[in-house]
Amino acid sequence: MTRPVQEIVKQCEALFEDLSFKSVSDWKAAAPGRHAIGYMPVYIPRELIHAAGMLPVGIFGGGDQMEVIQGDAYYQSYICRIPRSTIELGLTGRLDCLDGMVFPSTCDVIRNLSGMWQIMFKDKYIRYFDVPQDYDDTVGGEFYVHEMEVLREDLAKIAGRPITDDDLKKSIAVYNDNRRAIAELYAARARQPWQVPTVELYLVLRAGCVLPPEEHTKLVREYIVATEAVPRAKRDNARVVVTGVFCEQPPLGLIKSIEMSGCYIVDDEFMLAMRWLLDDVPTTGDPLQELSKAFLHRSAQTSSKYDERKADKGKFLLHQVKSRGAEGVVFAAPSFCDPALLERPMLQSVLAEHKVPYTAFKYAENTGQMAPIREQAGTFADSIKLWGAEAQEAPKSPPKKTLPIKEVAA
Amino acid sequence: MTTVATPTAAAAKKPAAPVQKEDAMLLQKEMINRNYHELATARAMGRKVSATFVPGNLNELLMCFDLARSLPETNALQNGMRKKSGKMIMDAERDGHSEDVCTYVKADLGMMLGGEVGPTGEALPRPDVLLLSYTGCFTFMKWFELIRQKYDCETLMLHVPYQGDGKINPGMRRYVVKQLQEKIIPGLERISGVKFDIDRLRQYMRESAKAEESLVKVLQSAKQRPSPIDGYFGGVYYIGPIFTAFRGTPEATRYYEVLWDEVQARLREKKGPITPDGEVDEKYRLVVEGPPNWTHFREFWKMFSDEGAVVVASTYSKVGGVYDFGFRHDPDRPLESLAEYCLGCYTNLNFPQRIDMICKYMEDYQADGLLINSIKSCNSFSAGQLLILREVEKRTGKPAAFIETDLVDPRYFSAANVKNRLESYFQMVKQKRAAVGTAGTSVGAH
Repeated sequence: MTRPVQEIVKQCEALFEDLSFKSVSDWKAAAPGRHAIGYMPVYIPRELIHAAGMLPVGIFGGGDQMEVIQGDAYYQSYICRIPRSTIELGLTGRLDCLDGMVFPSTCDVIRNLSGMWQIMFKDKYIRYFDVPQDYDDTVGGEFYVHEMEVLREDLAKIAGRPITDDDLKKSIAVYNDNRRAIAELYAARARQPWQVPTVELYLVLRAGCVLPPEEHTKLVREYIVATEAVPRAKRDNARVVVTGVFCEQPPLGLIKSIEMSGCYIVDDEFMLAMRWLLDDVPTTGDPLQELSKAFLHRSAQTSSKYDERKADKGKFLLHQVKSRGAEGVVFAAPSFCDPALLERPMLQSVLAEHKVPYTAFKYAENTGQMAPIREQAGTFADSIKLWGAEAQEAPKSPPKKTLPIKEVAA
Repeated sequence: MTTVATPTAAAAKKPAAPVQKEDAMLLQKEMINRNYHELATARAMGRKVSATFVPGNLNELLMCFDLARSLPETNALQNGMRKKSGKMIMDAERDGHSEDVCTYVKADLGMMLGGEVGPTGEALPRPDVLLLSYTGCFTFMKWFELIRQKYDCETLMLHVPYQGDGKINPGMRRYVVKQLQEKIIPGLERISGVKFDIDRLRQYMRESAKAEESLVKVLQSAKQRPSPIDGYFGGVYYIGPIFTAFRGTPEATRYYEVLWDEVQARLREKKGPITPDGEVDEKYRLVVEGPPNWTHFREFWKMFSDEGAVVVASTYSKVGGVYDFGFRHDPDRPLESLAEYCLGCYTNLNFPQRIDMICKYMEDYQADGLLINSIKSCNSFSAGQLLILREVEKRTGKPAAFIETDLVDPRYFSAANVKNRLESYFQMVKQKRAAVGTAGTSVGAH
């Protein structure tokens, strides 16, 4: 029997608010020899961790509920917030449940944090995980497979057993199903955003940072059924895509503020790792090769990734806008986030060319003052409602048929 | 040594003190200016133009295709030293670029908005190719994407993996070599219309190795007391040719020979470094981590030299190649060697490697302390520097200090704050040294 939607959201909220990662400790305690490996945004192939019998744990900073005291002592005022709150989590013992951390090649700050972690947490497994910026199978692909091989061997040592191709194929299947469930959730929101408020979608998604993927997949599908069962009021909101939020996460209050101000968020970049690969990874053939091909040819575009051609810039964002029937784009970038802020003018010029209205602001994970954001987002929604449709020729509702994302990104 | 009279507005009333420069500094300036002139006249001479970054700069390879070579970071810093960058940065911010991001990027984009007039006053051509050697700095990738977006320049990406484990593994080397073979060289052939000749590359690399040998002798001369050079403020002049468009040329080899001759002469005479305001009487020996501020470069240097502080080693002077730990361009394995060069640049090293290097400098150069100049613009250098400070203090027992400035944004250089911090720091070094001296005496007395 499906639980009421409030109960599901409450469970997700409790997981989100638990900065001690008790659910991870509980999972480890449930069976002897279990290990948990943390990963930071934007993307790592979680299939490898899962195939080792371990729990991949998404670490997305400390949010706005944790006071950062020690972490601030490691960073100048002009560095973003996520590394300082992550260090706070580490130094206060909240990440003791993790046996290791994987830091992907998101930006120079996350990159340097990998080395800091090596110095500060010497007893843990720590890996900087480079992903290719060359997208040929025989060049970047070969490098990426090599990087995954190294991670596979390292994890096998921790697990005390080899990670076989069959293990990997099973994990690929598990994550294929998880991505399909999340795609269903996003499609449900785009269809009826009043039925899937983004705050709820966010919490359901965030639960996937600490739950085993099989459990998370069930939870996502349970939520979809539960929320569709309870009709909610439909508002005359503007449909927007929120972009720039792929690493340091905005506080929940900020997401609420955007929606309260008159916007329905119909697509976003929250926890992009969970939607990074745009379709199923084949479970036949060499699993690392298949993961590599999926990364190289069928993955999301974001600021941390190089665009090979000028014409590729903004393609993914435009697809989000068109396929979700969005009327505008909200650029929400964490303060001092090099990838998001350097990318922003390029994306804005692409949107301007396509007559898609946009607005932009910055935030930090502990931003407390929502009034200015609410006013800005509200004014943006009003301007879309009053003038947007005629001036920008933006679609009012989702087109009946849209191209699959993979076709656009390919 | 040469004395150069600098005409200033105040000169009409009171003659300004003549600026003192080493002959090698003047030679270096002339080379840099000549490169700007070559760039300005490249179109008229029928030459294609490349742009690339200092770390992972493949100058030898670009020369194989007869390309004129522009380095956007050098353009930005030259504009910074000439007090032109402030307006450029604000122009870029008015054009939509965030106040939070790298000011090198904004100075470059602002220069383009202002008609692409280069530091020397001559207009710089739009590059035919952006060689995006993505080495040790994420911002590089976005920087060239931004230029490509504006000018539709062809871009060749060379992804240089980071040394996350503190070593170069064979997969990393193979990846870079493969990109050189399959992407970069064919791309440069197509754009330039010049066929690649590996023997030409080998010849340039032979020259590079000679210049690198001399540079290392110059940098390591600072191990002597007094140090005949300043390895940071003077160091940035010394690295100029080898980090930019000259590595691999016979003139760079000659430049470093001239420089080494000058340094040897000073060593013989037991002279300290030459600054624009004269020779320094060495009182403090420092290691500096982080790039310098360019907009107030002379003022910044004077804060050190007035106190008798000499920088004996710096990490910034390794940003375009770490030669003092043994790396040399190797003509016998040219592509592998280029790959290792890129992989080994300072900002491509992980944190434990950076800390080890600084601690080694502290010991080898008998430094009194570490100073970190933390740069707002540069996350690659700056993120985590406070941990470097703690670790180096812990491991060496020497005092460390932290100041904050920016590369080319004059709004972020607060002279009074920097001066205050430096003065307090020098006091601390003095006290620490006195304490060690007292302890040493008392030990000796027993």
